[in-house]
Amino acid sequence: MQDLASAFTTAFGLILSLDPAVLAIVALSLRVSLSALVLAALIGLPLGALLAVARFPGRGGVITLTNALMGLPPVVVGLLIYLLLSRSGPLGSFGLLFTPTAMIIAQAVLITPILAALTRQVLEGMWEEYAEQLRSFGAGPWRAVPTLLWDGRFLLLTVLLAGFGRAAAEVGAVMVVGGNIEGFTRVMTTAIALETSKGDLPLALALGIVLMAIVLGVNALAQGVRGIAARWAG
Amino acid sequence: MISMFRRGILPMLFAAVALPAFAQERSITVASTTSTEQSGLFGHILPIFTRESGIAVRVVALGTGQALDVGRRGDADVVFVHDRAAEERFVAEGFGGPRRHVMFNDFVITGPAADPARIAGLGDTAEALRRIAAARAPFISRGDRSGTHAAELRLWQQAGIDPATGRGQWYREVGQGMGPALNTAAAQGAYILADRGTWLSFRNRQDQRILIEGDTRLFNQYGVMLVNAQRHPHVKAADGQRFIDWLLSAAGQAAIASYRINGEQLFFPNADKPEPVS
Repeated sequence: MQDLASAFTTAFGLILSLDPAVLAIVALSLRVSLSALVLAALIGLPLGALLAVARFPGRGGVITLTNALMGLPPVVVGLLIYLLLSRSGPLGSFGLLFTPTAMIIAQAVLITPILAALTRQVLEGMWEEYAEQLRSFGAGPWRAVPTLLWDGRFLLLTVLLAGFGRAAAEVGAVMVVGGNIEGFTRVMTTAIALETSKGDLPLALALGIVLMAIVLGVNALAQGVRGIAARWAG
Repeated sequence: MISMFRRGILPMLFAAVALPAFAQERSITVASTTSTEQSGLFGHILPIFTRESGIAVRVVALGTGQALDVGRRGDADVVFVHDRAAEERFVAEGFGGPRRHVMFNDFVITGPAADPARIAGLGDTAEALRRIAAARAPFISRGDRSGTHAAELRLWQQAGIDPATGRGQWYREVGQGMGPALNTAAAQGAYILADRGTWLSFRNRQDQRILIEGDTRLFNQYGVMLVNAQRHPHVKAADGQRFIDWLLSAAGQAAIASYRINGEQLFFPNADKPEPVS
């Protein structure tokens, strides 16, 4: 109980003091996870939309696969990217291992299936509703993809937030490919893992509370933007 | 839609991914152990080196076995670890070297204050381990191929006991770093072999305390090696060597000696003395 109380006190202290080291970690967390989200969205959203509208043999199998890949263990993604980016691996010449770029790639790989699977789910319903209408304009499935993505943008916001939440919360992948290097690749989750290792449980929990506050802030911001955009659109 | 991509998202993407604004400073990557990182030693000595040399040192803290593997794959420039046998293998296999000894500290055996195996104050680690095994008192092993894990296995061997017979019962391998293993030991009221540095900086002790210390068998030597630049041409050999030279220099050795927690010195530089045989 005392630990919990002191965790909250420490968390508020961390937020209020604007400690530069903590701020740098927060900034890197946001930068890595938002970049991963952008990267994953560029692939995952069109892929999901395409899966929603296209009919082809083996479609069921592909959908099952993307759904299953939502459960990719972060540490497995981390290992995969580690082996690819290692100096002894196929992409070693780029020297990306233990850099923020490696962390962005790992998180993007982790959340792309989530974005694709959820987008497919969301847009499939919409597609059923106005497939007829779009077809009457002579739009084939390929042409329908951008239209669907645009019309479903408010629904897709939640999809993006789910992807961001997963990226910002995971520790297994960024720990392996980033190495938790102080001042360079240390993000909120790896810092929490480190403080837990050091047995400083209140500080670890305090960092966790700060992370939650940030995720909450990003969500609130997204909802706010959505509200304004909806009013403009409406 | 497409123009939105061009104007909004693509530039953002390039800004985020393609511009490695961070990677431009002069730096080396050091694969080292959780004990040196988590004890706070690096936080103390690296800024001194960086000020003198202009070279930032990026530390990836792993178990010794993993750290050597990172060196083998060429993913670090320098390896700074504590398992002499494994280090000598690393050098003999041509992955790096020569190995230089830098500093030492020691291991301690901690356990619950109640001390069910009655080992407190024994001068003989082997006897202490025999008593723990006889009492089938819970013992947490790192189980992660770290330097501390290797030292623990050597100690069991010297005690003439195969702890694997108690595996899953009183002998519990957690496969994690020193800190998480200490967390587990504290939670389970178990015995554990820990390096003194991590123990001193460890906060969640509950009723764990040092029960065995000072036996010469608990000696813990750290060594440093440059990764072989002939095998991995991208290795920053000059800057890596500069770091090693600094560690072994009077300035580096003094920096190591000056690191204290609560007035207690954690690591003892010994680069200028012949390496003790442990």
